[in-house]
Amino acid sequence: MTTTHDAPINLAQTSEGAQELSSRDVIAGAERLRELGAVLRLSESEALNAELEQTPDEETMIINMGPQHPSTHGVLRLMLELQGETVLRCKPIIGYLHTGMERTGETLTYLQGPTNVTRMDYAAPLFTELAFSLTVEKLLDIEVPERAVWIRMLMTEMNRISSHLLFMATNGMDLGAVSMMLYGWREREEALRFLQEVTGLRMNHNYIRPGGVAADLPDGWRDSILRLLDMLPPRLDEYDVLMTNQPIWRERLQGVGAISTEECLALGVTGPILRSTGYNWDLRRDMPYMAFDQVDFDVVVGSYGDCFDRFAIRLAEIRESMKIVRQCLEKMPKGDYRIQDKKVTPPPRARIDESMEALIHHFKIFTEGFKVPEGEAYVAIESPRGELGCYIVSDGSPNPYRMHVRAPSFVNLQTLPHLMHGNLLADAVAIISSVDPILGEVDR
Amino acid sequence: MADEAALDGADATDSDATPEVAPEELFGTLLTHSGGQLVLHPSRETYPALLRTLHEAGYFSIIDLCGVDYLTHPGRSGVPASVSTERFEVVVNLINHQQRSRLRLRLQIPADDARLASAFDLYPGTEAMERETFDMFGISFDGHPDLTRILMPEDWPGHPLRKDYDPGRIPVQFKGAPANR
Repeated sequence: MTTTHDAPINLAQTSEGAQELSSRDVIAGAERLRELGAVLRLSESEALNAELEQTPDEETMIINMGPQHPSTHGVLRLMLELQGETVLRCKPIIGYLHTGMERTGETLTYLQGPTNVTRMDYAAPLFTELAFSLTVEKLLDIEVPERAVWIRMLMTEMNRISSHLLFMATNGMDLGAVSMMLYGWREREEALRFLQEVTGLRMNHNYIRPGGVAADLPDGWRDSILRLLDMLPPRLDEYDVLMTNQPIWRERLQGVGAISTEECLALGVTGPILRSTGYNWDLRRDMPYMAFDQVDFDVVVGSYGDCFDRFAIRLAEIRESMKIVRQCLEKMPKGDYRIQDKKVTPPPRARIDESMEALIHHFKIFTEGFKVPEGEAYVAIESPRGELGCYIVSDGSPNPYRMHVRAPSFVNLQTLPHLMHGNLLADAVAIISSVDPILGEVDR
Repeated sequence: MADEAALDGADATDSDATPEVAPEELFGTLLTHSGGQLVLHPSRETYPALLRTLHEAGYFSIIDLCGVDYLTHPGRSGVPASVSTERFEVVVNLINHQQRSRLRLRLQIPADDARLASAFDLYPGTEAMERETFDMFGISFDGHPDLTRILMPEDWPGHPLRKDYDPGRIPVQFKGAPANR
């Protein structure tokens, strides 16, 4: 009888080569997801039957969570299969906020489009407007003036800050840190105040439009931003004291809901969830759009892919966004805030009073809209939740023939069953919160 | 090291993308350019094999999958002459993180046989997207583990994003108009 101790040495010498387990490559990610079977694939009627037919010796049960549950961020509903307090499988059920916005988009002109898409991701409305506008501009084959580009960058980064602050608030609230909710909301309100100063609205701004932005930055915008940039860092340090360095907070999040890079790539997951696994991927740096190749910032990555990493990444991303905002302040060029292309841009208000043609032109643009050449294009940007893409098919008319938005939350929601598998029901709330889904964007 | 590989990869795609007289091909599939974006036109039959090739070539994520109904579209540009156009199209967006490149597949799906092989086996992330395409366009995906409606209620008749689906309309109510309740 040979001793087992010799085995590794002998194995190395066999003709079949080394026998140890090779590291999992990406294809194994898909396989692992299949082995795991974390997704509950039951229709609603089947679930009802399963409940009725339940035999007493069966140890699992199917329960329903949401859509009115306060921690489900709106109207997310989960069908959970539990064994005691452990979640075995789950199925996210969505569609409660479905209002057919992609269909609505087909009936609106390209100029009206941003009004519609801005209501998708209501925590980061400027990003959907931006993705839509960039796609239309790609189809039109126009370049917006440099000032418009930098205004867009400034505004979207401010929006990223407000969106992540909202996450800080809800994440705290979901885990019982109620004071964090108030702090997060307080700071978000300050960020929204700036957005309101520029766009006129706290949310659903309809500010970024094909061809540029709706209005130039108002007087005194620099001071408002500087005030905000001075106010935020000490408050973020407070968050660190309150949450990041606090043992209860860490206990609650560390090691909970972990996911691997391979699984994320197989699921098409992007944004902070992908970065939390240590994968260095940010569209702003890796496939730069607008002028992100001219600003200096770091892409923050985690190492464990757990809830704590996702929290810490978002907190750090606020600081990175502030860096970008500061650079936008310095580099903001002078010039036009929208393209001076008569086809796309309505004439300035003053011209309408003096010129008949300008009045007709203005009327035409707002009633008929401008025509976009036939074709199709897909443009993606990095929203606070991941890759936000817009796919537009044009048939040469003033309305998009098909307008599809690739919503990051919609895809990221697919990680929920895998994150929850084997975790406690109490952690499910932390996990939903750390995915940070916006249901308006999921259901569209 | 990773950066070098990415650079090499980018060079390779650039040289591939040079225009030629003969119909361009990439991965043995017809290739067109749409505003600088690469578009492949595989047939339904070659789609699963193409996905496998793409996965081996480093396209690890299907980032987006959606349907388009071309029923009332006046004409279609960007499709090679040898590809016969059909009513539906399924558009798949893939991403190669190493080479920092994207690829779009446009698949023609006839109306009388609206089905396509599911990409779920290689790309489990397409589960929700294929369900959405099924829900909105009625295109079914063979081999999908749970092809049910995702956004509309389970018992909803019809597929709302089809061009011949009547979305209905609520007339604008002006002041003084008779209320309907």
